[in-house]
Amino acid sequence: MAMPHFEHHQPTSLEEALDILTRHGAEAKLMGGGTDLVMKMRAGALEPRHVVGLGRVAGLNRISYRDDDGLVIGGSTRISEVAAHPEVRRHYPALAHACSVMATPQIRNMGTVAGNLANAAPSADTAAPLLACRASVVLVERGGRRQVKLTDFFKGPGLTDLEPGEILEAIRVPAPPNRCGSAYQRLSERSQVDIAAVGVAGFVALDLAGAIIGVRLALSAVAPTPVRCPEAEAILEGQIPTPELLRRASAACVRASRPIDDLRASANYRRSMVQVLSLRVLEQCLALAKGEASPPA
Amino acid sequence: MAKQNIDLNVNGFTYRVAVEPWRSLAEVLREELGLTGTKVGCNQGDCGACTVLIDGRAVSSCLTLAVEAHQRQITTIEGLAASPDQLHPIQQAFIDHGAVQCGFCTAGMILSAKALLDQNPDPSEEEIRQGIAGNLCRCTGYVKIVEAISAAAQTLRGPREER
Repeated sequence: MAMPHFEHHQPTSLEEALDILTRHGAEAKLMGGGTDLVMKMRAGALEPRHVVGLGRVAGLNRISYRDDDGLVIGGSTRISEVAAHPEVRRHYPALAHACSVMATPQIRNMGTVAGNLANAAPSADTAAPLLACRASVVLVERGGRRQVKLTDFFKGPGLTDLEPGEILEAIRVPAPPNRCGSAYQRLSERSQVDIAAVGVAGFVALDLAGAIIGVRLALSAVAPTPVRCPEAEAILEGQIPTPELLRRASAACVRASRPIDDLRASANYRRSMVQVLSLRVLEQCLALAKGEASPPA
Repeated sequence: MAKQNIDLNVNGFTYRVAVEPWRSLAEVLREELGLTGTKVGCNQGDCGACTVLIDGRAVSSCLTLAVEAHQRQITTIEGLAASPDQLHPIQQAFIDHGAVQCGFCTAGMILSAKALLDQNPDPSEEEIRQGIAGNLCRCTGYVKIVEAISAAAQTLRGPREER
């Protein structure tokens, strides 16, 4: 299939990018690394008349972390840059891990975290860890900005809350409290390169007595969008973790999934693996929160 | 739709080319600049045969629009050695260790190895395997490729670090 013919724009400021978007409306598509968009255009699934590359927009490629303000990942920041960032590795091990094992080195050097979210694949590897860490996205348009919780951002496979004329300017993640841990586990049949068949991310914080005072679990590739697991979270919240409690919570994660059969895995296999990976993720989170393990080097 | 004039800085030379915005960097390197060392295998970012370095990072040139590479520093297999009559130590190690069979993956494999060794001059076997995880080879079974990259790393680090 031949590529559609389009005009290509490389704005150097956010204002210029928003002007181009506003001028061309639904005929324009934003491009981060292009790893999803070029494939969709080549397959004939998208035929934009205008492609707006965000790679040269000033200020959009950044990572910053502050203890009071948390993490900010810019809209054109590459996946490999997030994976390598020391503060991300220290404070958000689930996200760092997802960004270092997804896809291939080449794709991680091209693709952006914002693009991974905006593309809204049910299997998006950065989505589950960001959901578990209570991330929000900052959407900017010519008239202003709004911040949307990631839990409200995904609307369906390939569908998000992003309006035409809006750019995903940044991802914001709150700073983690003391005594917490986060983890991400994914399965795919053919090594890490393949799209995930199941992904589970978790976050757990403990109080001084060892009770859970903050817990979030999120799944990818097992529902039309990446999803949180409220029932499992409610089972764990306020409790002292025991093997039995973790087993009940991981069983509840299965009930949050709505998997399908496809070429990567059967729905039944996915359900079984949600339970297995949820348990492992919770154990990893607890080990980190108790200081029994350190984030992977 | 109109072609766009872009400057491609490839292997230290700047080429001014007029390209349609929808053409991939791999196509433009091969068809406009005649640099056919870069191979196109799957043309969908899975196989790594088209790997080139942009500003020192390994990327899939089949998924990169040529216009996006405007004024970036591009390294292809043709530009790896110090001069045309020499081989880069990674290239020499691939020959010495029999890491080339059909050769189709070789250029991309060597560029991924170059990006890896620039960042990590002394990688473990696991790190080498992760570094070339985006490059498929259907001939060798990877063992000799991993050996070659390990040997090249040692050569590039210099004799003092040999143990």
